[in-house]
Order: sequence, then structure tokens, then C-alpha cells
Amino acid sequence: MAKMNLLQAINSALDVAMAKNDKVSVFGEDVGHFGGVFRATSGLQQKYGRSRCFNTPLVEQGIIGFANGLAAQGSFPVAEIQFGDYIFPAFDQIVNETAKFRYRSGNEFNVGGLTIRTPYGGGIHGGHYHSQSPEAYFAHTPGLKIVVPRNPYQAKGLLLSAIFDPNPVLFLEPKRLYRAAVGEVPEEEYTLPIGKAEVVQEGTDITVVGWGAQVEVIERAAELAKKDGVSVEIIDLRSILPWDVDTVAQSVMKTGRMVVSQEAPHTMAFGSEVAATIQEKCFLYLESPVMRASGLDTPYPLAHEKEYFSDHLKTYEMIKRSLNY
Amino acid sequence: MATQMAKDPQKTAVTTELQVISGNALDIPMYQLLKEDGTVHKGVKLPEIGKELALKMFSTMQFIRILDERMIAAQRQGRISFYLSSLGEEAAAIGSAAALKFEDMIMGQYREQGALAFRGFTIDQFMNQLFSNELDLGKGRQMPVHYGCADLNFMTISSPLGTQIPQATGYAYGQKQSGEKTCTLCYFGEGAASEGDFHAGLNMAAVFKVPVIFFCRNNGYAISTPANEQFAGDGIAPRAVGYGMKAIRVDGNDIFAVYQAVQEARRLAVEENEPVLIEAMSYRMAGHSTSDDPSGYRSKEEEEARRKREPMIRFRNWLVKQGWISEEEADAQMQQHKEEVLAALKRAETVAAPHVDEIIVDVYDEPTQALKDQLEALKAHIRQYPDAYPATSGGVK
Repeated sequence: MAKMNLLQAINSALDVAMAKNDKVSVFGEDVGHFGGVFRATSGLQQKYGRSRCFNTPLVEQGIIGFANGLAAQGSFPVAEIQFGDYIFPAFDQIVNETAKFRYRSGNEFNVGGLTIRTPYGGGIHGGHYHSQSPEAYFAHTPGLKIVVPRNPYQAKGLLLSAIFDPNPVLFLEPKRLYRAAVGEVPEEEYTLPIGKAEVVQEGTDITVVGWGAQVEVIERAAELAKKDGVSVEIIDLRSILPWDVDTVAQSVMKTGRMVVSQEAPHTMAFGSEVAATIQEKCFLYLESPVMRASGLDTPYPLAHEKEYFSDHLKTYEMIKRSLNY
Repeated sequence: MATQMAKDPQKTAVTTELQVISGNALDIPMYQLLKEDGTVHKGVKLPEIGKELALKMFSTMQFIRILDERMIAAQRQGRISFYLSSLGEEAAAIGSAAALKFEDMIMGQYREQGALAFRGFTIDQFMNQLFSNELDLGKGRQMPVHYGCADLNFMTISSPLGTQIPQATGYAYGQKQSGEKTCTLCYFGEGAASEGDFHAGLNMAAVFKVPVIFFCRNNGYAISTPANEQFAGDGIAPRAVGYGMKAIRVDGNDIFAVYQAVQEARRLAVEENEPVLIEAMSYRMAGHSTSDDPSGYRSKEEEEARRKREPMIRFRNWLVKQGWISEEEADAQMQQHKEEVLAALKRAETVAAPHVDEIIVDVYDEPTQALKDQLEALKAHIRQYPDAYPATSGGVK
């Protein structure tokens, strides 16, 4: 075990994967010698050489197109998109190519070796274009897996699973926690399951569901609720696609109430899918409607970041509304 | 990596003369060995293609010509939903495929069925794909002509234009990393070369120095849009220079010139890790697909004039003059292809649709629980309304 922040845990996962299999390569803008703008790939070029850790030209659609080809050839490319906000030029490659590669060919070809890493989310004064949470766009795409870790331990275990998962994985890293989240992380290889949620805190009165950096927000909201005598069950989805319906449904059948807390704008955020499914599965167990604490339906603002954000207080208020319904 | 070769803004030569470089500074001629009548240009040495290979190339051309003509008719009769023909562009696809090694990867756009046939895709494999039946390698999931075959190193085609271009760069990067002496050849049209993926893929290939051949079929039209409304300047080939990449412009209707060009490009790609852009000049003799009628955007006179330059007659004339095939033998071969195509069409037509269970297979390596639940719900629904789903209800018990 070693104390690592989330970036160091990512770096450690990449290091372990590259040491384990020489078909693993990492690339993206400024990823090479410099080690990436956040330094997630720091030291990897020096250790594994320029052919396995390298800069690409500044062209996101090219990075993912290239990665699709490399994965189809049998490699395990780990492509970095510098910010989730800049992934959209690659939307076609991800949605029309990555996600459909196996299906459209009848499994003659696949890009299962591909992992796309990208930092997402706000809270760093990033304004419109360094703050977005784009998971819902991609969650609408059969063929992709989407994983979001909440802390360093989760990040390393889930990233190692993602890299060697036989399906393409979009791995969204909560950039607000890159240096802020520190925890004990094994230095050796370990994996955590994709598609499996985790009950982070057991409780009896209400279930609050989130993923990524929002889990920390939910924990703070649960602390406030605890002072009111409310016992909150916290679930970290960890995977957006496929997502663990059973774990959430079982919890809600126990507590009878649910809030989804999410960073993304309210309308059509992934929480809408969670809410719809849980109402189908748990209707007769629900004491109140499923509620959502989300960002506003605005572009991500700079000066009003705090006001936009679905913080612990808004999440706490949503918990109260659910209980007092 | 080529960083040491790249232009350093600090080391740019200085001039006091204001130079405005013409957008037409490059005017690249087209490499041609066979004249339109099938005779060889004076003093030209043809590539060393033996009789056996030449006849295989010719037979493949004749087969594709008859397949295309017959399947356009089948679409008109309502027997298949859609078709994309390669009429007039057979030499570009077959000449290029013939110059590759079998181990080289081919990534197509959708008008290179000749390359796939040359690799050995059988007439039944073509038909099963066209009829989306249960024997289709693609399991009936894509529109007709979206072929693919791992055993033949021919990547499955997708409809979005140009997406295969950066993928070819990535695939070739993997080939280079693994130390195989192989390359990737990537086909696309001059219309697709307007896509951002063209720029992305070519620039990355040049920077990374990977063994890839970009083969642009400039057939004059992107659906109805003529090339002169697609780009200004001297076409596609000169763009390579902007990327620091080698370029060849070749007569796409001259199978010998195409063969020679790709052979040299392959040598550069595999031996020297130099990507090459080839622009093959041709003409799309049919519509874009069975969904458009060319009379709406071009004249019969134009089509007639271009038909005289088509590639198959040219090659046939050369072969006959060479004494490698007689006119009668060529006609008989065409007739035999025709009969085989008709027989295969009838066979494929009667093969069942893929079983409904296949609908959730290959989304992931294993179906998720959600997919399994959806399949069960679908099957229950089909049992309830079997007449509404005749293609699959028989298989749902």
C-alpha cells in the first residue's frame, strides 16, 4: 500500500498495465515526454519508450480513429482526450465506430482493447469548456462501457479492469479530485468489477445514488441528514453503462426512497434513466417520487459555478423533500 | 517519429520578396501505361504480371462487372433493399489489391468489392451478405455491400464516410509495432476526402511514419456533387505534400498503372515506413447507389464519352493482343460468371433470416443482463403477434 492521489493512482494503473502487456500503449495530446497536462502519464515514455507512450497531433477525432484502428489490430490502446469537453470531435468515431465495431461485423472484428480516458466535471473554475459531465451522451450508445471512479483506490482498480476488458470502455476521471482525493492504494495489480455498483454507506431511511466526484458531495449531504436523525444509504454506481440495476433496486426496496445526485444538467442526465428504471422496478415500495439533484439546464457557468452546482446542500435539501413528501 | 524532419518555425529561411504561392502550384500528371485502346505507351515497360495473375485479375473484373449489373437489377425487382455498384472502377480496386500481400489489411469504403473478390470472397459470401441471411458473416446487421471478412484481412465496411482513414493509420501503427512486414491499404472516394477524418488520418500517418497506403478513388462524383464542387485546386494527391507525405496520381482505369503504383507505394510503406497517398482517376459509371438516378445531375453525352475510357475493355484488348485469352474465351467466361451469379442469388434468397436470438449478440463480448431481459420480452411479444414478425416468429418457440 502507498498513499496516492487520484492522478498517481491512474499513473500507477497505466504503469502496471504497460509492464504486464507490451501491447498496451498510451497516447494523446501532450501525453508523451511531458506526461499530460494533468501529469497522469508522467514518466511512462521514459520507462516504456516513445512508441508506447507518445504525443499525438491536436485532433480528437484522429486520436480516437487511430485508437480504433490500433485496437482492431489487436492492441490495447489507452487514448487520452485532454478534457471531456473536447471529446465531441471524436463523437462520430466513438458512437458510430467504437461502439458498433463488433456488432456490425458479426464479431469478425472488434475494438475491445480500447480504453478512452478523459477528465470530466466541474468545481475547478473551468467555465463552459473545462467542466462538463458528458456521460449521458455516451450512455445512449449500445456497445460502450462507461466507468467513473470516485477515489484513488477505485480509479486504479477500475482502470486496470477497463484496459483489459474485452469491450471498449470510456473512463471518465473526476478532475476535481485528481489531487484532492488521497488514499491508500496497492502498488501491485488489482481489479474492481465493471458493471457493479458499491454500497458506500449502509442506511435505512433513503437511498442516494451518484457516481464519480458526486459521491463525496453525497457523503457530505448524508452527514447533514445524519444530524437530523436520517440514515442514508449511499450507492456509488461506478459504471454508468452497464449499470447495476439490482443493487440500486434492492436498496430502494429497503429504504422506500431515492435521490439521484449528479453534476450534469438536469434534463436527460443519466439520473433520469436511473429514476425511470427504479420507478418501474420499485413502484410499490416507494414512499415518495424519485428525486434528482442536478446541475441547472444551462451551459456550465464560471462566475456562478457554486450556484449552478448540485452541491451537498442541494442534495441535502432533496433528501429532506423526499422524506417530507 | 519525424519531429526532427518537421519544419521548425525558428529555422525558416528568410526572403525579402513577397511570395504568394499559387493554389495550383502543383499540377500532377496521371501515371498511365496502357492507352485507352489497350495498346502500350511507346517505350514503356509493363509491371511483371504473369499470365496466371493477369487472367485472375481479368476474371475478377468480369465477375464484379456482372455481379454489379445483376444486383442492380435485383434491387429494381425488389429482391434486395439496396445496392452500390463499382461499375467503371474495377481496375482501381482489383489492380491495387493484386499488388498487396495477402497479409496486408484492406479497409474499404464501399465500392471496392473487386478487392474483396480478388482476395477470395466467394460468390455465396457476397450473396449471403446482400440478402442479410443467417449465413452472412455480418449476421444480417448492415445494409447490402457492407462486407467484411477477418480471414481475408478485409475490414468490415461502415457507412460513415472517411472514418476508416484514421483507423487505417492506427492499424498500420500496430503492424509496425509488432514488427510484421505488412501494411494497411485504405480506400475512400474524393468526396470522403473532404471529411475531417481524412485530414486527421493523413496527418497522423505522416507524423508517426506508419506503413499505410491511402488509396483515393477519384470517380468524379459524390452522389450528385461533381468534383469541381467538392474542392478547388488540383484534386486530392497534392494534399499529401502539405502533410509531408509522398503522393502518386495514377490512371485508375489502367490496371497495370494501378498495380505498379501500389507496388511502389507498398515498398515505401513497408520498407521505409513512408505512408503514401494515391489518387486514382476514374469515373463512376453507375449512380452512387440504387437510390439515385444520374440523369438528374449529368448528361448522357458525358457518360458516353467516359464509357469509352472504361477499364475492362482496355485490359481485355491487351490480353487478347497478348494471346492470353481469345474474344470467345472472354465471352464464355462472362457467361459462366453470369450463370454462377444467378444460381448463387437463388440460393441466398431461400436462406432464412438470422435467428432473433442474434439480435443481442456482439453488442458486447457477452450480452448484459439488460439485453437478455429485453430479448426475453421481445420473444414473448413475437409469440403474441407471430404474424407481424414472419422472419423470426418461426424460430421463437
